[in-house]
Amino acid sequence: MSKEAKEALKLQADVLVIGGGPAGAWAAIAAAGQGASVILVDKGYCGTSGATAPSGTAIWYVKPEEQARENAMMSRMDMGGNLAERPWMQRVLDRTYHNMHQIRDWGYPFPIDETGGPNYISVQGPEYMRLMRKRVQKAGVRILDHSPALELLSDSHGVAGASGINEQTRQPWRIEAAAVVIATGGCAFLSKALGTNVLTGDGYLMAGEAGAEFSGMEFSTAYAIVPYFSPVTKTALYQFATFYYEDGRVIEGAGSRRGRSIIAKTLLKEPVYARLDKADESIRQSMRKAQPNFFLSFDRLKIDPFTDKFPVTLRFEGTVRGTGGINIVDETCATKVPGLYAAGDAATRELICGGFTGGGSHNAAWAMSSGYWSGEGAAQFALKQGTNRFNRNARGLSEFSGVSTQADSSKSKISTDEVIRLVQDEVFPYDRNWFRSEQGLTASLGRLNQLWLEIKQGVRADEGSRVGAREVAAMTATARWMYESGLARRETRGMHVRTDYPERDAAQHYRLISGGLDQVWVKPHTAPNNGNAEEAVQA
Amino acid sequence: MIEILSAERCISCNQCVRICPTNVFQEVENDIPIIARQSDCQTCFMCELYCPVDALYVTPNADGIEKVEESAVIEDRLLGSYRESVGWGKGRKSTASDDESFLVFRIARATN
Ligand SMILES: Cc1cc2nc3c(=O)[nH]c(=O)nc-3n(C[C@H](O)[C@H](O)[C@H](O)COP(=O)(O)OP(=O)(O)OC[C@H]3O[C@@H](n4cnc5c(N)ncnc54)[C@H](O)[C@@H]3O)c2cc1C
Ligand code: SF4
Ligand code: SF4
Repeated sequence: MSKEAKEALKLQADVLVIGGGPAGAWAAIAAAGQGASVILVDKGYCGTSGATAPSGTAIWYVKPEEQARENAMMSRMDMGGNLAERPWMQRVLDRTYHNMHQIRDWGYPFPIDETGGPNYISVQGPEYMRLMRKRVQKAGVRILDHSPALELLSDSHGVAGASGINEQTRQPWRIEAAAVVIATGGCAFLSKALGTNVLTGDGYLMAGEAGAEFSGMEFSTAYAIVPYFSPVTKTALYQFATFYYEDGRVIEGAGSRRGRSIIAKTLLKEPVYARLDKADESIRQSMRKAQPNFFLSFDRLKIDPFTDKFPVTLRFEGTVRGTGGINIVDETCATKVPGLYAAGDAATRELICGGFTGGGSHNAAWAMSSGYWSGEGAAQFALKQGTNRFNRNARGLSEFSGVSTQADSSKSKISTDEVIRLVQDEVFPYDRNWFRSEQGLTASLGRLNQLWLEIKQGVRADEGSRVGAREVAAMTATARWMYESGLARRETRGMHVRTDYPERDAAQHYRLISGGLDQVWVKPHTAPNNGNAEEAVQA
Repeated sequence: MIEILSAERCISCNQCVRICPTNVFQEVENDIPIIARQSDCQTCFMCELYCPVDALYVTPNADGIEKVEESAVIEDRLLGSYRESVGWGKGRKSTASDDESFLVFRIARATN
C-alpha cells in the first residue's frame, strides 16, 4: 500500500448511489431506467456487502387480496405503537409485489410450493444480491467497489455529489452528481451481527452534515438472539426454541418474539441456554434448507441444535433491525435537502413499521421499495436540472461537523479503537439501551457529547484497523441522535422501553424528528391521520 | 473468522480479494493472496461462496481467533461445505429453489 497521495479519480453522473445493498441496487436500476447516468459506490462489494447479502431474508410479500393485505397491515400496527401509516404500507406492499415478480423474470429461482407456483415469501441473500449486481451492471451503471463515500458535496442549490477513497488502491475519488441517494444501511456499531460491520451509520452522518433530519431514532434497540460465539443473528428459527437456565429449568415466558426481554433480563444475571426442541423431525430438513448458514455454525462446532442445549446471547443490531433513520418528506423518498434522497435502512422505516423492529420481512420490502422510488425520484430531479447540472463548484460538507475525512497523525489524539470501545460501552449494555431511564440516558449522553467534542479535535487511526475516523464519528453521532430521542420519548412504545415510564401514553402518539450535530435537537411531529383511530381518539 | 487459505488449493484468481466486504485479503504479485487483516473479518462466510476451488475456511467463531488445521477440516468435509449447501459451483443447482422458508414460517406461526 503506497502512502503518497494519489491524484483523485474524477467522475460525473446524473445520479450517485451510495451503498450497494438491496436499497442501493434497486435505486441504481430504477434511476438508470429513467435514462439517467448512474454511478454506485460501495464501501465493500455490491453483491456481498451489507445485511441482506449473507443470509436468508423473509420478505413482506402479500398477494393483492383485500383481506390478506388488511391482515398484513394490521399485524404489527399495535406492536409498532400505531405509528405506521396505511398509505405507505399499501404502497410498499404494491411495490414489493411488483419487484418480486421482476426478480423472478430476471431469473431468481423461487421455490415451488404446494400450489404449483413460485413462493415469494423469502429470498436467499447470496443469490438475490448476486443477481442484483448483475442487473445493476446490465442497466449500464458503473460500480465502484471498496470505495466508501466519506463526505457529500454541495453548493447553494443543494447536494452535488460526494467524495471518498478506494480502500484497495488508496486512490481518492470525487463524483459530481445532480442527485444523490443515500443507501448506506443502518448502524450496528460493529457488533459483528451477520454482515453488519460495514454498517457504521456513515450515511446518517453525511446526511446530518447536509442538514437532513432523522425520524424514529429512539426505535433503535434491536438485539438478536445468537449462539454466544456466533455472528448469525437469524432469530426466526428460535420460535422453535425452549430457553433454559444453567440448571436445566425452563425460563418461563422467554421467547424469540415477545419474550426476548426476559432473555435479556436473565442474561444480566446468568447464562441462558436454548434448544430447538419444538421443531419435530419433519420440519428440521426444511429449516436447514431455509437457512443454510444458521446451521453451518452449529455443524462446524459439532453441536446439534435440535437435541443439544447451547448458550445464547443477544447481539446488538442498532438501527439495522430498528426502524429509525433519515426522515423522508415525500413519496420519492426525498429528504428536506434538495437533491438528497434516502432509502433502505438508511431511511426511517417508521412509515411501515412504526416503532417495532422492521426485521423479519418489512425491512427487506422497504429496502426494495424505497430503493426503487428514490432512484426514480433522484433521476427525475437530476434530469430536470438541465445542462448546467455539473458546473457547480461544490465543496465538501464535512466542515459542517468538523469531523475530518483524514485521520490525525498526532499521538495525543483519541484513536479509532478507543472511540469504538467508548461508544459500544454506551449502546451495547441492555441496562443502558434496552431498559432505558432518564438517569441512564442523561449520563450516557453526557459522555457521548464529550466524546463528540474530542472527535472533532481529530482522530488517530489505529495501526492495522480498517475502520476510519469518519466511521467512528458516525457511530458516535448515531448514538447521540438515538439517546436524545430516547430521552424525549417519556413513555414505552414499540421497541423503546423506559423503565421510568413503563406505560404507553396516548398523548405522545407522535413521531420524533431529530437532527443537529454539535447541538442535537428533538421535536415531536404529529403523523397525519393515518387511520389509527383508536389512539387518535384517546389523544 | 477466516482461518484458512489453502495454498495447496488456491489458484490465485483473487476473487476473495475482490468480494470480501471488509477487505481482509491482500493481493500479492505472482503469488496467492494473503489473509492480511484477519481481525477485520466479520465472519459473513461470503468468501467461501465465491472461491471457485473451496480453498477458504471460516470458523463460526465471530469474536476470537482459533487455530484450525487444514487437514482436520478436510477430514471433516468442511472445506467447501457452505458452497455445497447453497448449491453454487460447477455442475450444481442453486438450493434457493429448495428454500422451504414458507413451510417453516407456517409451522412456526402454528406452534406459537
Ligand atoms: C442477520 C440479519 C437478518 C435479517 N433478516 C431479515 C429478514 O429476514 N427480513 C427482513 O425484512 N429484514 C431482515 N434484516 C434486515 C435487512 O437485512 C435490511 O433491512 C436490509 O439489508 C437493508 O438493505 P439496505 O440496502 O438498506 O442496507 P444493506 O443491505 O445493509 O447495505 C448497505 C450497503 O451500504 C454500503 N455502505 C455503508 N457505508 C458506506 C459508505 N460510507 N460508502 C459506500 N457504501 C457504504 C455497505 O457496504 C452495504 O453494501 C436482517 C438483518 C440482519 C442483520
Ligand atoms: S478465491 Fe480461492 S482460489 Fe481465488 S484467490 Fe481466493 S483463495 Fe485463491
Ligand atoms: S468471512 Fe466475510 S469478512 Fe471474513 S474474510 Fe470471508 S468474506 Fe471477508
